[in-house]
Amino acid sequence: MISVKNLHSALFTAVNFQAEPGQCLCIHGESGTGKTLLLRAIADLDPNEGIVELDNRARGSISPEQWRRQVTYLPAESFWWYETVAEHFEHNDTDWSALGLPLQIGDWQVSRLSSGERQRLALLRALDHQPKVLLLDEVTANLDEDNTLKVETLIKSRLQQGLIVIWVSHDRAQRERMADLSFLIDANGFQKVA
Amino acid sequence: MELISLSVLDLSLAACLVVLLAILSWHLQLGLQKTLIIAASRSVIQLTLLGLVLKQLFNQSSLPLIALISLIMLTVAGYEVMARQGRKFTGWWGMGIGTSSMFLSSFSITLLALFTIINVDPWYTPQYLIPLLGMLLGNTMNGIAVSLNNLTTTAHAQKGQIEARLIQGHSWQEAITNIRREALKSGLIPIINSMTTAGIVSLPGMMTGQILAGSPPMEAAKYQLLILFMIAAGTGLGSLAAVWIGSARLFDDRQRLRLDRLKS
Repeated sequence: MISVKNLHSALFTAVNFQAEPGQCLCIHGESGTGKTLLLRAIADLDPNEGIVELDNRARGSISPEQWRRQVTYLPAESFWWYETVAEHFEHNDTDWSALGLPLQIGDWQVSRLSSGERQRLALLRALDHQPKVLLLDEVTANLDEDNTLKVETLIKSRLQQGLIVIWVSHDRAQRERMADLSFLIDANGFQKVA
Repeated sequence: MELISLSVLDLSLAACLVVLLAILSWHLQLGLQKTLIIAASRSVIQLTLLGLVLKQLFNQSSLPLIALISLIMLTVAGYEVMARQGRKFTGWWGMGIGTSSMFLSSFSITLLALFTIINVDPWYTPQYLIPLLGMLLGNTMNGIAVSLNNLTTTAHAQKGQIEARLIQGHSWQEAITNIRREALKSGLIPIINSMTTAGIVSLPGMMTGQILAGSPPMEAAKYQLLILFMIAAGTGLGSLAAVWIGSARLFDDRQRLRLDRLKS
């Protein structure tokens, strides 16, 4: 269970919510309202204040490395630091085909990949260390419909295994397909919507 | 051999060469004549003043005065490092990182040389201390300025990669390791190159000066080696310290990349 109480920074106001294993929480709101900053704050990538707990353990009591492995943020744009794809993965049992990627893609040069391939691989990379919470930031914005559905199917299967997903998405149909809980962030703050 | 003293006329002849170059630059519309003349004039004024100051200083040999002059040299070098940064650290860190790294490397190596290698008595004999310190400060200043600038500009440009590694559960040291290595290399390559080609391609300026001033070539070579080694060690230690302090400053206690600690 992840629980967020009065999370705030200089750039967004008090955020409160709670999510149980297997739940997908969708967030939407106009651009500039701080959706990305909220996800970054939960992953502890920017200075922020408030209480964030994972399974009743305070974030401050967990090392930053461990925290980010358990509460993993996936940005809209993916970045790579080694030459080939596989070097970025700790485990060698990644199921590339789940997202329609070729079996040999692990040996490919990152520079050869299309932006859509990179985005799908970034999701597999984020799942590689088995996080408990996944923070998704418009991750299907650059994917076609077919691949978007593949991503959703993969996320659904991980939700069934107990993953918690917090998903910022501007796509209403996607939110309807995925959301167990829906939140809106706007000038009035962060509120639950029916 | 005896030192042949240069007259004002001798130097004026050499200066004519620079003037000739300036005329050429004007003629070819290179637009360099103004900066060239200003730079040459500055070197005349600065070196003449230095000569006058050192002449006084060498007669005095007073420790407080030498300490004061060393401090002024360090401060100017620290300011110069800061001025050469594309993205400075905010607050005291901007000048503090470069200055403390230079203090650490240049002063300790100069003292080491004075106490154990050259064995001058007293150790603060200005004929030895001031030129050695100046040589070291000048070179470590370049190394530190280059590597620190490389560190901060690359970290800024590669924010996405660094954070992608943090997200993947890497520690800040792992996340910055490539950038730190490249930054250090960029600061050390010049001194490595000059050691590699010393005596084959280039005759180092100091050795040339010593030989022209009448020293036996072997003595000049030995002193040149001493200087090269000291510069290499000083540049290496200084850049290492600056890059280590600087990269630690780029992250906070929760290992977040804090580019807001750099001025844009």
